[in-house]
Amino acid sequence: MARNPVTWLGSPTFPQAAHKALADTQLRQNLRKATGTIRGRRAAAVGEMTDWEQLRVAGEQIKDDVLSRLDTLLVRLEESVTARGGVVHWARDAEEANRIVLGLCREENATEVVKVKSMATAEIGLNEALEAGGVHAVETDLAELIVQLGDDRPSHILVPAIHRNRSEIREIFRRRMGVEVSDEPADLAEAARVYLRQKFLTTKVAISGANFAVADTGSIVVLESEGNGRMCLTLPDTLITVMGIEKLVPTWQDLEVFLQLLPRSSTAERMNPYTSVWTGVTPGDGPQKFHLVLIDNGRTATLADSVGRQALRCIRCSACLNVCPVYERTGGQSYGSVYPGPIGAILTPQLVGDMHDPQAASLPFASSLCGACFEVCPVRIDIPSVLTHLRAEAVEAKGRTAESVAMAAAAWMFASASRYEKAQKAGSLARFLARDGRITSLPWPGSKWTSSRDVPAPPSESFRAWWRKNRG
Amino acid sequence: MRVALFATCLTDTFFPSTARAVVRLLERLGCSVEFPLGQTCCGQMHFNTGYREHAKPLARKYTDVFRDYDHVVAPSGSCAGMVREIHPTLGESPPRTFELAEFLVDVLGVTDVGAWFPHRVTYHPTCHSLRMLGVGDKPLALLRAVKALDLVELPDASHCCGFGGTFAVKNAETSTAMLADKMTSVLSTGAEVLCAGDNSCLMHIGGGLSRLRAGVRPVHLAEILASTEEDPWRATP
Amino acid sequence: MASSAKEEILARIRGARVPAAAPVVRGYHREGSGGVELFAERVADYRAVVRTVTDVPEALKSLRGKRIVAPSDVPDEWLVDGVTWLREPLSIEELDGSDGVLTGCAVAIADTGTIVLDGGVAQGRRALTLLPDHHVCVVRADQIAASVPDAANPPEPTRPLTFVSGPSATSDIELNRVEGVHGPRTLEVLIVT
Repeated sequence: MARNPVTWLGSPTFPQAAHKALADTQLRQNLRKATGTIRGRRAAAVGEMTDWEQLRVAGEQIKDDVLSRLDTLLVRLEESVTARGGVVHWARDAEEANRIVLGLCREENATEVVKVKSMATAEIGLNEALEAGGVHAVETDLAELIVQLGDDRPSHILVPAIHRNRSEIREIFRRRMGVEVSDEPADLAEAARVYLRQKFLTTKVAISGANFAVADTGSIVVLESEGNGRMCLTLPDTLITVMGIEKLVPTWQDLEVFLQLLPRSSTAERMNPYTSVWTGVTPGDGPQKFHLVLIDNGRTATLADSVGRQALRCIRCSACLNVCPVYERTGGQSYGSVYPGPIGAILTPQLVGDMHDPQAASLPFASSLCGACFEVCPVRIDIPSVLTHLRAEAVEAKGRTAESVAMAAAAWMFASASRYEKAQKAGSLARFLARDGRITSLPWPGSKWTSSRDVPAPPSESFRAWWRKNRG
Repeated sequence: MRVALFATCLTDTFFPSTARAVVRLLERLGCSVEFPLGQTCCGQMHFNTGYREHAKPLARKYTDVFRDYDHVVAPSGSCAGMVREIHPTLGESPPRTFELAEFLVDVLGVTDVGAWFPHRVTYHPTCHSLRMLGVGDKPLALLRAVKALDLVELPDASHCCGFGGTFAVKNAETSTAMLADKMTSVLSTGAEVLCAGDNSCLMHIGGGLSRLRAGVRPVHLAEILASTEEDPWRATP
Repeated sequence: MASSAKEEILARIRGARVPAAAPVVRGYHREGSGGVELFAERVADYRAVVRTVTDVPEALKSLRGKRIVAPSDVPDEWLVDGVTWLREPLSIEELDGSDGVLTGCAVAIADTGTIVLDGGVAQGRRALTLLPDHHVCVVRADQIAASVPDAANPPEPTRPLTFVSGPSATSDIELNRVEGVHGPRTLEVLIVT
């Protein structure tokens, strides 16, 4: 099977990538500022909802319902879309999806297409595949455009250029658009408007993702802010939408839950500026050809994992990234995947589906298990539980290592109170390594700890020794 | 009330003064405290590092050791969380286990435990006590009732200190970056004592502060609450 | 063969053997209480222009001297003198070259300050409200629903819908919101009481 392009070829493991990222003071500053801003704004947007917990529960349950009858709902969606003049395509993996989309572009004789920001197309590496087939894809979302013009990689689900600050963005625009522009966000937005305007007015094929698809009606929903989405969904003759098979909701009514959960969790707004909903083709309004490409690309394997499948509830809001203390320090590129942060740490390895891949296997360990991600997740994905579940898979795949031997020894020791007590006594001898009550240097792997922290000297007497002497 | 103390392996081995403080405090509040010597470790390190199979017998052992007690108290939000939230997923029905602050406020129904601690203190709510157990403001309510204690708010208190068990060594650099920010917050308060309900996190932040020779001492909540005018807290070597 | 991918994906889904899910509990608020005042306040929070008016033609005099697009079925009384009204059929270039567009709406949502367009009466096709840089939208007080659940179940959900909450904006630079990108940079809402 071809490798899943959800991870970038040649990416180092998480600790190696983090080593480099942590030393980038500009990146650290940019991330600290951006995540700090959005954390505060999200807390305010969620705080004014008195029924937030009930909405989260409903969101979780609707998505679980979808996952429990995904086959019938997908067939229903296909029927609804087809009945309204759309064409539905199915793709088992990235390669198949890319081949379908490229074929559709060629049918329209398109050499350039406009794109609405879409995680699904980033996941399958669509832009690169189109480029190789002679079709240039123009990203129209501001942050995606910044990444594309900067020959960069995305680092966030919602704002792929979050690692760039305003003056870096100005430099990219100056260099690639050939315009003089200040670093005021309003001026930068204006530059993007001017740069893309003609593309919107003249391009004949657009490619989008989908936030939701209503199985009952065949309606597709895209939430956005800038209006680039509306441009792509309205003006071209042909619209190709690429969507993960888990993006379904059963009925229209279910949207009332997600239209409340997603904007507040994502951009921290009561509602995002624009939400577009379309159903197949509408004569006289918008594209007259509509293709929906449904992709699996590792999702059905994820679905088969009873603990891991909850990752498929994800609505790509990125709230978990914004509150994650690891993400805030390392940035998104350290995860080596289009899905970074806590959700990326559980989704990426499952989509890759190979715990022998050292990069993917390192991701579930990129967390202190602090639980901030679970607390904010609008569909209540218990990310810490999935992380420990995937860690177990990674450990199993690795087989016998120095760590596994040490862990087995520790488990053997803890299994008996008397062995444990003997180990305590032996360990307390380490206090002779201490000076002034602290140990400042230990041999490997203890050196990983003492590189930045002291260790308290073990006491001369454990608590149980004291208890035995005084109370026993 | 008959209470079993689950000291946790870390506190038993490295921080016996905390466990002695729990005994002193609970006895002062009228409890009869027992320490079943068969106890060892809740299995959290194994479970969280991906060694679920090794964690299972430890969870079983925990159930066996404490099954006859109505109340088990642990001076650790993390270990109490492991028992309450994770042990059931390993097939156990663990005995009722409480983190210390929860036990005091919810079971004994006290916030003023008669403590005296004449120091400037800041409190770090540890992640598992906050998000796994939901202890909320209970530790702060207990600290506010301590006589002579000058409680100062910790900025960004709910942010993780970067410990995370084996995360601290597997991703040592990221852990250190998180620690650096936590230490900055602690130092900004001007507190002389950093208090928390978990010795693991205190060992992490305290280890960083010690390396910096920052002059801030980590002290477990139990030791502050056990301290009285007659029998005040003393730094143990 | 095209169908083989479909069959294989469906077979994999069935093979995953996901147990049936619990019924969905809709414990959230199904009905809100907000009205005109809340709607006006929430629209204004997006830095849109909000005017509460009783006389629409009078209010539209502010458009005099401009070239404004009007969908074919707007009320005649809205077409006040002194404005160059652009009527369908209109090319993309003509829409892009206009000064603004005047429409009604299908429904509005007080809680979120949202206007919903469904291409129905006085709204036109989607491009009309997209390309002109200034969107004037007339909202009758009786069109304002209190909450998202109150409004999100349109009788004809298969029409193309656009939910508009303020002027076009972006949070892509340092995660802070700035208004004005590709969509109309000025949104003017006339609430008719």
